[in-house]
Amino acid sequence: MCGVNMGCVCDIKKSVDEMIERVGSSVEMAIPLLQAVQSKFRYIPKEAIEHIASKTEMTETKLYGVATFYSQFRLEPVGETIIRVCHGTACHVAGAEGVTEALEKRMGIKDGETTADGKYTLESVACLGCCSLAPVVSVDGEIHAKVDRGSAVELIEEREKA
Amino acid sequence: MKNKGLKIAVGMSTCNMAAGSRKLLERLEKESLDAELSTMGCLGMCHAEPQIRVTDADGRESLYCAVNPAKLERIIKEHLRGGSPVEAWLFNANEGDGAALLTKQQRIVLRNCGRINPESIDEYLANDGYKALEMVLKQNNPSEVCETVLRSGLRGRGGAGFPTGLKWKFALKERRDKKYVICNADEGDPGAFMDRSTLESDPHAVLEGMTIQAFSTGANEGYIYCRAEYPLAVAHLKRAIAQSEERGFLGDNILGSTFSFHLHIKEGAGAFVCGEETALMASIEGERGMPRLRPPFPAQSGLFGKPTTINNVETLASVPWIIRHGAEKYAAIGTEKSKGTKVFALAGKIKRGGLVEVPMGITIREVVEEIGGGTGTHRKVKAVQMGGPSGGCIPADLLDTRIDYDEINRTGAIMGSGGMIVLDETTCMVDVARYFLGFTQLESCGKCTFCRIGTRRMLEILTRICAGDGVPEDIDELEELAVQIKNTSLCGLGQTAPNPVLTTLKYFRKEYEEHINDKKCRAGKCVNLCSYEISEACTGCTVCAHKCPVGAISGERKGQHKIDQEKCVRCGVCRDVCKFDAVKVI
Ligand SMILES: Cc1cc2nc3c(=O)[nH]c(=O)nc-3n(C[C@H](O)[C@H](O)[C@H](O)COP(=O)(O)O)c2cc1C
Ligand code: FES
Repeated sequence: MCGVNMGCVCDIKKSVDEMIERVGSSVEMAIPLLQAVQSKFRYIPKEAIEHIASKTEMTETKLYGVATFYSQFRLEPVGETIIRVCHGTACHVAGAEGVTEALEKRMGIKDGETTADGKYTLESVACLGCCSLAPVVSVDGEIHAKVDRGSAVELIEEREKA
Repeated sequence: MKNKGLKIAVGMSTCNMAAGSRKLLERLEKESLDAELSTMGCLGMCHAEPQIRVTDADGRESLYCAVNPAKLERIIKEHLRGGSPVEAWLFNANEGDGAALLTKQQRIVLRNCGRINPESIDEYLANDGYKALEMVLKQNNPSEVCETVLRSGLRGRGGAGFPTGLKWKFALKERRDKKYVICNADEGDPGAFMDRSTLESDPHAVLEGMTIQAFSTGANEGYIYCRAEYPLAVAHLKRAIAQSEERGFLGDNILGSTFSFHLHIKEGAGAFVCGEETALMASIEGERGMPRLRPPFPAQSGLFGKPTTINNVETLASVPWIIRHGAEKYAAIGTEKSKGTKVFALAGKIKRGGLVEVPMGITIREVVEEIGGGTGTHRKVKAVQMGGPSGGCIPADLLDTRIDYDEINRTGAIMGSGGMIVLDETTCMVDVARYFLGFTQLESCGKCTFCRIGTRRMLEILTRICAGDGVPEDIDELEELAVQIKNTSLCGLGQTAPNPVLTTLKYFRKEYEEHINDKKCRAGKCVNLCSYEISEACTGCTVCAHKCPVGAISGERKGQHKIDQEKCVRCGVCRDVCKFDAVKVI
């Protein structure tokens, strides 16, 4: 260990070694391995991919191929809080576009971006499975039902206060 | 303390929690009651969540719906402590709305959902759990089980409707050392959530169905492929698997027989196309989730090149019931070619949204208007979207279509996985088509040229029409592209991607023409093609002025309000909040 910074290369290597040990190193474990990396670092650092490639049969090309195919994987760091607005069918007809618009305006970023202070990332998701309570927004995994433009912005304001 | 021996169950499904049930559970945990506090899954009544069920010592059950912290205080005081239920708040299944909701439903898949604690194998066992597996193992005749499932008429609930028993027979026939089974829990249709709810609320039913599926096809290893957006379903599945292994319902020599079965969970990583069976298998193998040509079918060469049987969550959850009650009982429900029950996820402009399970053969109208209670506003149902991105919009005048694979296909929509989104006059049909093409265009894996580029061209045209830049030739071009994409795509994603456009063109062509020729969007959705006005019906209640996000509405209290057209962004909030239907689209 060489310091407190989680993003430090030797820390990444050490964590990845543990993951390979726990999850496995065969080719079919590419997705679970990347999921483990992302759940620890909240995105997939370049160093993690390099390290997996050096330790297993998987090549960097293969790992990037998988990481870029699936929308769950992010190759860039994210904000402390992830706000996901559902854009499934029920949420769309209930006004999800307006919710995203209001949040974009409040946070000064576009869908998919992270605020400059690194606090928030705004994302769209295809359906959170609570369609009868549309529109739905998840803040760090906690789902909020029947959100509108106003209450979506309040969700952020409450957090700012807290 | 007066009241003893209570059992209190708090709804802790994802939807219940979204409606605020966690606070209720925390509050109850703090109150030192002489009661067994437990949790339950989703009853399907998402419009009236969160729910709490109280079972008194004498067995009397009270279901409280739409509970909030204030209501809970009174329930604690009067019922949990005082011993007398708050009668006015009790859900009544025999009268009024409760009866309308439940009378026409028949619960097979959802039999335990919201009835039992999904984290307790004992509660599942107390409700005939794993009896079907015991029966099957005792009889010890896989081909007999395949026959039973075939005779029941059960068809795959994942969308394609292939006879389940037949699929199992194909796999059983293969003489190979290794075979697999898979449960497809990828639930890709954005607007369907019955698989999530079943996995969360009754995970053992799916495990039991899968174990029977494995026994009947000669497999000894299986995978559940679950969508990444369903963390609670994954957690409940993991716990259920551990419990089943401990009790000997999973693992080596199940219930003392020679049959062994091992089960793994694979979490998806957010790709709609991975719901398609060959793409799903590629994904389990650690590859990019690209579909491949069939044949060979999975029954001959599936996961890791071995014979594989793949079924949907709802299909598998039906199996234990069929075994226990017999094929004939299941086949007695439904129409000639569509047997049993189907779960629908009712959402959109609907009064009583949630999950409903109905016998095949009842009409869409009965589901939407009687069970769901219609739109719940003064507006009429305009159409019902069925089948998600692969399906279509069924117009109001075809609501008497029966729930039957073939009859729904005839409308141009499909049964699909059971998403049913109700649309009213505030929904623009061109926008709905554009929405779905946006989805499929994004989710196309890119393997087939027409699916990759054709959907993009269709999306561009639809976006243009919605923006007010459509030209008359656009409609012909959409139809031409639709045929080409259908004919040249390898998998179901591309083959069905044009359906939302084709059905809206078939039933709502006039709306396309109005967008293109008159530059009008009658639904008030396409911002360049509409404006809002407040009519004389306005009572001056000021609600719209308060809610307008851009401050475009002015007026005196009790006087008619006015919209500043320069400021107005045409978001439609004023129309949504107006109780007097005074806001008009022009
Ligand atoms: C693009 C696409 C997406 C699909 N998504 C799902 C899905 O999310 N869940 C599902 O059970 N089946 C889905 N299917 C259907 C599966 O390919 C397969 O037919 C099904 O899992 C078989 O199970 P069943 O016979 O029990 O329905 C999808 C098919 C296509 C073409
Ligand atoms: S459409 Fe938003 S939760 Fe399903």
